[in-house]
Amino acid sequence: MDLVGIQIIQVLSGIATLALMGAGLAVIFGMMRVINFAHGEFMMLGGYVVIVCTEQFGINLWVAMLIIAPILVGLIGLVFERILIRFLYGRMIDTLIATWGLSLFLIGVITWIFGNVTRGVQTPLGSYSFGDYSEKTYTLVMIAFTVVIYLAIFVVLRRTKLGLIARGTMQNPSQASCLGVSPPRVYMVTFAIGAALTGLAGAILAPLNTVIPTIGVSYVAQAFITVITGGAAAFTGTVLASGVFGAVRQIISFQWTPILGQVFLLITAVILLRIFPTGITGRYFRRST
Amino acid sequence: MTGLLASGWRFDSNRHGTWAVAGVMVVLLFILPVLDDPLLLLQVRYYVSMIVLALSMAFIWGFGGIMCFGQSMFFGLGGYAYAISVGNIGESTAPFFLAMIIPAIFAAILGYFMFFGRLNDVYVAVITLAVTLALYYFINSTSGDEYSIGKARLMGFNGISSIRKFNWPGDPKALLSANHLFYFSMGLLIATYVGLKMLLGSTFGRVVVAVKENELRAELLGYDVRLYKLTVFVIGAAIAGLAGCLSINYKNFISPNAFHLSLAAQIIMWVLVGGVGTLLGPMIGCVVLLYVSFILGTGASGGGLNTYLIFGLIVMIFVLAIPQGIVPTLRDWREQGGRYRRAIAGAVLNLAEQLPAPGNVHVRAFGERLLGVLGPTAGDRTKG
Amino acid sequence: MAEDGIILETRGLTMRFGGVVAVNNVDFSMKEGELRCLIGPNGAGKSTFFKCLTRQYKPSTGQVFFRGADITSDITFQIARRGIGIKTQVPSVFDGLSVHENIWLSARRHHKTREANRITDQIIERVGLGHATKKLVGQLAHGERQWVELGIVLTGEPKLILLDEPTAGMTGDEVGRTTELIREINRQAALIVVEHDMQFIKAIAQKVTVFHQGQILVEDTMINIMNNQQVRDVYLGKHSV
Repeated sequence: MDLVGIQIIQVLSGIATLALMGAGLAVIFGMMRVINFAHGEFMMLGGYVVIVCTEQFGINLWVAMLIIAPILVGLIGLVFERILIRFLYGRMIDTLIATWGLSLFLIGVITWIFGNVTRGVQTPLGSYSFGDYSEKTYTLVMIAFTVVIYLAIFVVLRRTKLGLIARGTMQNPSQASCLGVSPPRVYMVTFAIGAALTGLAGAILAPLNTVIPTIGVSYVAQAFITVITGGAAAFTGTVLASGVFGAVRQIISFQWTPILGQVFLLITAVILLRIFPTGITGRYFRRST
Repeated sequence: MTGLLASGWRFDSNRHGTWAVAGVMVVLLFILPVLDDPLLLLQVRYYVSMIVLALSMAFIWGFGGIMCFGQSMFFGLGGYAYAISVGNIGESTAPFFLAMIIPAIFAAILGYFMFFGRLNDVYVAVITLAVTLALYYFINSTSGDEYSIGKARLMGFNGISSIRKFNWPGDPKALLSANHLFYFSMGLLIATYVGLKMLLGSTFGRVVVAVKENELRAELLGYDVRLYKLTVFVIGAAIAGLAGCLSINYKNFISPNAFHLSLAAQIIMWVLVGGVGTLLGPMIGCVVLLYVSFILGTGASGGGLNTYLIFGLIVMIFVLAIPQGIVPTLRDWREQGGRYRRAIAGAVLNLAEQLPAPGNVHVRAFGERLLGVLGPTAGDRTKG
Repeated sequence: MAEDGIILETRGLTMRFGGVVAVNNVDFSMKEGELRCLIGPNGAGKSTFFKCLTRQYKPSTGQVFFRGADITSDITFQIARRGIGIKTQVPSVFDGLSVHENIWLSARRHHKTREANRITDQIIERVGLGHATKKLVGQLAHGERQWVELGIVLTGEPKLILLDEPTAGMTGDEVGRTTELIREINRQAALIVVEHDMQFIKAIAQKVTVFHQGQILVEDTMINIMNNQQVRDVYLGKHSV
């Protein structure tokens, strides 16, 4: 029984991890159709913000993680939207390559400042035991955060004016501008919010992972696969895809090795995309949330 | 008007350029060994293997329109296929071919899912990226004894060392000398280049370019677009595998780093900087950027801090300001630039003889095309 | 060829996008050698109907038969090979290639290289682009690009040609030439023409099908159609259906 319980929690944490990784990308890629290959590096920046805040300035971990990281990474996103991304809207492959250049650049900058060494954030809250097994308490907190974040996203998109403006602009920029909305500004703000969500995800995951300048690479592929497989309804899709992939990966990892878990995640993705070329939600939903 | 018009007649326009470039390489083939500088030959062999890799990407991206983010996986697969099979067989003829066949088969399977699934460019980029990463992690984890194929162990993150070099076909004892290895590598490079040029000039090549230009129209004409893309992808993989096997013969060693993303990234950069839609451009881009990373003191794998920073900047600047890459941009300058640009471009280009006309004549208005060189706002290279 | 002389038939063809039904349960049929015009207000589903026929969209339900064969599950290139050619609304050509290359690619699908070269030259003359053989298609005027696409389609010698607004962007002169060309083509192939230009339709039409809200409203001769109150209402925006 204990084994089953712990496995369930691990599967849930695997799902939450993917959903968390995908959240910012669901905004930037899912809604805006901007390929942000620097997604992983935005997450990496979130992790470094936590490290610097807690180690250098002695700021409370939760403040650094939940407030400072998203704000700072959001601002960084804003800057690069202004000097890079905004020239490339509508040019998907160019955006892909440019943001990938941005990712190399960010890796370079962070390596330059902090060196190519592994850092870590002390996992808070200790652990709890579950029969014969023990698990980090923080894992449960992370799962809870993910649920809260997604609930917040749905509420903002569905229930607020901001969400309405954003959704409207993404679907029909010219119509939106006729209604007095400035599409460039909406794009700018949306990108910054996406970056902030990404930084937040990186910060929340930092205590569970190591933090090195090149960590982004391992995030970006998983995040993209999750959001792409999710399909047209960016957030619903991302949650669904996270559910499938998180479960597959965790179960395989448990049975065999984590590497095989990754490989199976990928195989599942490729097969799912062969069946649903436009993603799981592509066939049944029009573009929405 | 004549400049671009001439390039529009592209199917037939670039023979002179092809022979010029091939000629230069043939001259190098004969001159370099005469200089009697073993170190130089060794280095040239390294560059040659990388140029072959650059050609594979130039072909699938520039002409096939396939944005593969993991061309390094075929390079790595080719290398491992050679290393493992030569370790088992003890003779290099079959392994040499396996180094191309194994990546080709892998590409065929992967490509089937991608192209017959009709995934768009972005998804293809992401999936190739993910598969490359998975292979990287997988090979890294194979250091245990249980991971061996026949007599050869995979060795995981340690890599496989002291791999046998090429021998004369059928005679395992007669290993190729340094000079012969050079002739062989350089000869294969020339063959690859000329072969790709001939392929592009054939009906098949023309249809491939047409598919890149307008997939829907090609299909409405009755061409099976999926099959053409798959074939291009497979050919590219075989060439990358060849490059992998050549690079092993340079350093006798292969490690999971062959799959590493920094190599995949560099390949894209060679093509981007040299010019998407040409073969010569990426070859030049490859040599220049390898030299840059050599000067930065980090060697080929690009693990150091400055390479990331500087390469990142290069990529961003090129996408924003010189999206066509160097060679096509210079060609534009020569055709329609102001006095100075025309002079500069003319000088540079004439130096390199008559260049192959660029393949990516994605036509925009003339003025826009020129502006594309000057500023970031003009010129939309991709169609969606 | 089907014995009853029917070249194209759809049964219950339906295309849904989410909640929108763009083509709704359409039963359409036409004979070999026929020249049919499709008219209807914007958004009536004409272009979507064409895209379903050439499998650019996969129909939600319904069947398509071409010369007696069920082609519902064929994909685009297979349909093209069966002999259905289409000129799309926005010219779909190879902008980065020359006029000659554009036509050649179509000719080469059916013939060996040398024969393809000969046919290409022929077709280029036929559509009156002899002066622009080596020009990049992307540099041509809109009307000329229409001719290039028409040339591409003709080169494939299809049995059935779908023309989506062939005269859009053409000058009066060119419309006249197009009228002649369409009559000429009609001697070898059946045609479905979508048009808004009523003068043009009057000049070419044998039978006209009126689309409205994804369905076939009426099918009749042009004269009867023009006198049809229902059709007038549709064009003037009255919802009488």
